Amino acid sequence: MDFDLTDKQKMIRDMCRKFTREVIAPRAEEFERTGEHPYDIIEQMADLGIMGIPFPAKYGGGNGDWVGMHLCIEELSRGDILFGAILDVTTSVVGQELFVFGTEEQKQRWLVPIAQGKEIGAYGLTEPDAGSDAGATRTTALLEGEEWVINGTKQFITNTGLDNSSIVIITAKTQRESDGKEIICSIIVPEGTPGFQVGEKYEKLAMRAAATHELIFNNCRVPSHYLLGDIEKGFAQHLTVLETGRISVAAVATGLAQACFDEAISFTGRKLQVDKYLSTSQRIPFKLADIAMRIELSRTMYLKAAWLKDKGRKHRLEAQFAKLYCSETATEIAADVLKIFSPYGYLDEYPISRYFKQIKLFEIVEGTSEMQRLIIARELL
Amino acid sequence: MDFRLSKEQEDIKKAAREFAGGEFDPDVALELEKEGQYPFEILKRACELGFVGMHIPEEYGGQELGILDNALVVEEFCRQNSGIGMALALSVFGAEMILRFGSDDQREKYLPPIIKGESSSSLAYLEKDQGNDFTSFKTTATRNGNGYLINGNKSLVINGSLPGPIIVLCQLADNRRPGKQVALIVEKHANGLVISPMGGRVGMRMLPMADLTISALKAPHENLIGDEGQGQGQLVNFLNEMNIEAAAMATGIAQGAFDLGLTYAKQREQFGRKIGSFEAIRDRLADMDTQIEVARLLTYRAAWQFDNNDPNPKINYMAKIVSAESALEVARDSLHIFGGYGYVVDNLIEQFYRDASMVDIIGMPGEMDKSFIANQIIGNI
Repeated sequence: MDFDLTDKQKMIRDMCRKFTREVIAPRAEEFERTGEHPYDIIEQMADLGIMGIPFPAKYGGGNGDWVGMHLCIEELSRGDILFGAILDVTTSVVGQELFVFGTEEQKQRWLVPIAQGKEIGAYGLTEPDAGSDAGATRTTALLEGEEWVINGTKQFITNTGLDNSSIVIITAKTQRESDGKEIICSIIVPEGTPGFQVGEKYEKLAMRAAATHELIFNNCRVPSHYLLGDIEKGFAQHLTVLETGRISVAAVATGLAQACFDEAISFTGRKLQVDKYLSTSQRIPFKLADIAMRIELSRTMYLKAAWLKDKGRKHRLEAQFAKLYCSETATEIAADVLKIFSPYGYLDEYPISRYFKQIKLFEIVEGTSEMQRLIIARELL
Repeated sequence: MDFRLSKEQEDIKKAAREFAGGEFDPDVALELEKEGQYPFEILKRACELGFVGMHIPEEYGGQELGILDNALVVEEFCRQNSGIGMALALSVFGAEMILRFGSDDQREKYLPPIIKGESSSSLAYLEKDQGNDFTSFKTTATRNGNGYLINGNKSLVINGSLPGPIIVLCQLADNRRPGKQVALIVEKHANGLVISPMGGRVGMRMLPMADLTISALKAPHENLIGDEGQGQGQLVNFLNEMNIEAAAMATGIAQGAFDLGLTYAKQREQFGRKIGSFEAIRDRLADMDTQIEVARLLTYRAAWQFDNNDPNPKINYMAKIVSAESALEVARDSLHIFGGYGYVVDNLIEQFYRDASMVDIIGMPGEMDKSFIANQIIGNI
């Protein structure tokens, strides 16, 4: 057993912590209020090499690993969960999908700028009638000569419609050439392609600065070599990288839970001297003890899953465990800390109100808790 | 034992349900919620039909019915729309201070316009630096000729910027011992009162809440409720009673959130089936309904005891805690059933979720109520 981080992992964590404290945290309230995308901060993150930590240098990455990547996601999310969410999509899912399944040409063209943080990637899986049942894709991609013709609608797609949004990797139904059987493939569609329309931005409960849109494909044509990976395995390929996305959501949720704890400590610490307080009241101190314990477990869970991934070992169960536990736990911690702040925590000027509103989303994205339980049960039974 | 509502109570509940169903137009409601506008028109119609202040005697414009009757109306209103329901229920917030402890003159002067919906009632008891004891105040009242001079700050004042009187809880300046407190009625146009509308908050966005800055405000002796030294007792008494209405709000919000999730579960198809046919969703709905029934039973019991001259503050607090927790958990579960759709602002469940969290601050905020129950159970040891 070895629970120590490597020097490089420590360096990433400490750098991200400092960056979060100095650059991100002071502006988190602004991003949620205005809903504006933090271009300037993403640019600074790119300069620090944060956007491509786990990829080789020849693809614009940092030669790091997934443990380092997720330490980074946790630290950034501690200041603003928005940044963890952006990284989850562009790096853990889209960047990785290109890295694992892309051709050399696709990697050079799209992975490099994503890893360098110059461009932001998105993936389009969810549709109006394909939510938890992500295989029920209705979007179609038909090969006409040297081009794919894409028709359909994707929804709740994050990292789209930005000035530097590059591509969306979509799943689409197509037909196997040999026997006409229906299969699901993955296709890379650059933003700005004619016939690809980015719809209105969703007005959400919170996470308002996350660029989440509906995407409409109307006879959208891309060259045939924009197919990603194996034509028959588009959905399976995507599920593979989504395992990492789930570790990322777990790290995001852990960062937010830590932020809730930080708030609670500074709030109660200001008012009370611990020794004196503990002799008269245990309600809040004990609650804080429970919260700290659950955060420690959350962190251990996502790190274990990331470590298994770095070792090239199977980690499906561990990724689901981490996503499920960390997102549900963080949602509960936010509600608990909101209560500690009562009655004032409900006001926008208190960060805890923002955390409470934001975290609920993470029980839903990258697979609802039900889907996590389903996959876990399938693995076990 | 008899757990049935009377025929009259069934009729009241039905009438309230029909009124809310007909008058709380979903588009209007969404607009009010988004703009943070008070539902003046709906309040006026509710008052005309006698739905507001049911428990107030007829001579002051009420229906002279019981607390349970009022709770039934509040529950049905909040069930239809958590925001409008809370705004209507709280339009008389604090009026019971005048009803139960005020003079005949005060009742005749202040209650009828409130019950008619021409003005709203406000109660200012929370202060930012109060710590955990919100029954002692930094706001002071100094005897001055035939009245008092008030100085201090109040926060989170419900209806603070609507027309109508504010009851301000003050510490008598010449005696800071607990118990030496006064409740004074202050007119909104009085010199020395600055009302600052509060900014954004998690929920209850239709309700105008305000901070008050009070400097050398003159309140004549005739505006004193009861006698000097009774302020704290009156407040605690009021909060005890208020907990029943808060519990009714929460029960209604839980039921309304449940209704939304149930309807969706019956319509939404994934994996070729209605999601309501999956055991995981069915069990969740069964658990939610169970929680609501528990909340309702305790709420009705608290109201029933009050109406039968056996008011029990402990039961009232228990009802509030259980109902508020149910509301938040049921709303969280119901939003979850909607998946990503639940997190978008034009979905009513999103508002229910936010409003559910705010019930906590009606009556005694936070977990102070738990101390109250413990005191009742354990006493001095």
